[in-house]
Amino acid sequence: MSVSKLGKFAVIGLSAAWLAGCSTTGSESDASSMASEGSTAGSTDSTYAAGEDGSLNSVMVDDRTAAQKAADLLAGVATVFYFDFDKSIVRPEAREALAKHAQFLMENPDARIVLEGHADERGTREYNMALGERRAKAIMRYLTIQGVAASQIEAVSFGEEVPVAFGHDDSSWQLNRRVEVRYE
Amino acid sequence: MKKNIVFALFLACLTLALPARAQLVIEITSGSDQLLPIAIVPFGYTGNSPLPEDVAGIVESDLKRSGVFEAIPRANMLSLPSSSENVFYRDWRLLKADYVLVGSVANNGNGTYRISYELLNVLTQARVGNREALDVAPSNFRDAAHFISDKIYEQLTGIRGAFSTRILYVTAEGSKTSPTYKLQVADADGFRPQVIVSSKEPILSPSWSHDGRQIAYVMFRNRRPSIFIQELATGKQQQLTQFRGLNGAPAWSPDGKKLALVLSKDNNPEIYTLDIATRRLERMTNHYSIDTEPSWEPDGKGIIFTSDRGGNPQIYRLDVRTKNVERVTFEGELNTRARLTPDGRYLVTVQKNNGNYHVALQDMNTGRVQVLTETYLDESPSIAPNGSMVMYATSDRGKGILSVVSVDGLVKYRLPSAEGDVREPAWSPYFK
Repeated sequence: MSVSKLGKFAVIGLSAAWLAGCSTTGSESDASSMASEGSTAGSTDSTYAAGEDGSLNSVMVDDRTAAQKAADLLAGVATVFYFDFDKSIVRPEAREALAKHAQFLMENPDARIVLEGHADERGTREYNMALGERRAKAIMRYLTIQGVAASQIEAVSFGEEVPVAFGHDDSSWQLNRRVEVRYE
Repeated sequence: MKKNIVFALFLACLTLALPARAQLVIEITSGSDQLLPIAIVPFGYTGNSPLPEDVAGIVESDLKRSGVFEAIPRANMLSLPSSSENVFYRDWRLLKADYVLVGSVANNGNGTYRISYELLNVLTQARVGNREALDVAPSNFRDAAHFISDKIYEQLTGIRGAFSTRILYVTAEGSKTSPTYKLQVADADGFRPQVIVSSKEPILSPSWSHDGRQIAYVMFRNRRPSIFIQELATGKQQQLTQFRGLNGAPAWSPDGKKLALVLSKDNNPEIYTLDIATRRLERMTNHYSIDTEPSWEPDGKGIIFTSDRGGNPQIYRLDVRTKNVERVTFEGELNTRARLTPDGRYLVTVQKNNGNYHVALQDMNTGRVQVLTETYLDESPSIAPNGSMVMYATSDRGKGILSVVSVDGLVKYRLPSAEGDVREPAWSPYFK
């Protein structure tokens, strides 16, 4: 693990007694802040260092959000997947990257992704909204078949509303027919 | 006989919103060769202070755009009468005018002006209808002009004019990678645009309620689409839906009580109706294909929509009571986003042929199909409430513009905007 990555970890000394004290003496506002801290901690991946006797004596908390962690661990893995005209079939070249996303999502069940589907400018806008969603759902289906929980994935469509290429030719249209994977 | 007409208050209320800089400019690209020649004489005015608008000029451009009239150029006029008493019919026969509109403007001294006008038949040398007068505030001069255009159009064609109607449209302005989306309302001639909603996230699918007082549209928030309705006079906005997945294509029922819309909350895009008062949602279609772009029949008994259940997208009709579905379009590689004319006689679609997307018109009685447009990437056709014209969005040199074509395909004009990409026109109903 590199130094920079270590910097993202906060080592917090915790004991069962301290936790218990908090829960019994905490005021109402403390309790609510505990609850929110608890949910924050729940959304990160905690690494527990067990003592020789198996008791819990210290906890290393990865305070990166799932999105940050995904950005770190999935650096270099494609997050944009392209489609043929009027089609929503996942192309073979997308499989390797999608497998990595699937693996990450399965190893990090707290991670959530939004699949943002897009269409090119041809055709009507609301039909393209439906087409963009169909593409996002094709990627979603691919990931769930790999074993990712459907509850980790949301499919959203932007139709033709948010192009990334602004020409009116095949190459621009190809770049716009896409699904973008966004970690939340 | 003189008649004073107070203009609808709520039209004035619409001016609450901020005026936008860019106005649409009319360019007539082609016209029919059987036009009715009319001379619209500049209205007489003897006051000192300049008038806010050239009323006769607005009437002239309205009538020219209708594709029914040919206006005698002002430069050719031999005299400029402002009432029937001063009209020498010989002057107008020489210019081959069938009709002459004369009028005058007088300052009432109380902040309003009286606009009087008469329509004259050159052949019979008689007035068509009465001498009329309108008392209007300076800010309502354009309304008065459109009102006069409506009257003349109806007197001479028997069809109600749609010059006093308005249009909704969406613009995307600023940088292409981070545009500002604006939902705007303007007069049907593109003048007096006002921004209704502005957002950094996409806005699409604006539609009017049948009384013209409310609108519905789709707007993204936090990267997800929602359906909103909004009262134009007050600006009061309500978020109606925020389901997971699609929230799209809102269309008001003719009785104003329901919206047809598209949701994919139950997996794939389906048509639903939402009772606005009770918020009761009813699923209308049930098919694994895409069902979208609903639009009501004028009597509210059916909903036409786009579905690719047959392979390619085509138009289908849904019976609202039985939920039976039947296919409506058969010509063209695909047909999408259909709208019916107010009399239900014609269906307007976006049709794809040989890779090109054009606006097509299908006669619902005979099944005959005519492609109306030949511009590039045509979409979002919207029909004027008198059924005479179709406004649609198209692409010109990489920029979205609005264009208009008559339902007979003979008259075409465009409304290029000075700024941004203009799309998704929605023509209002009559306001009263």
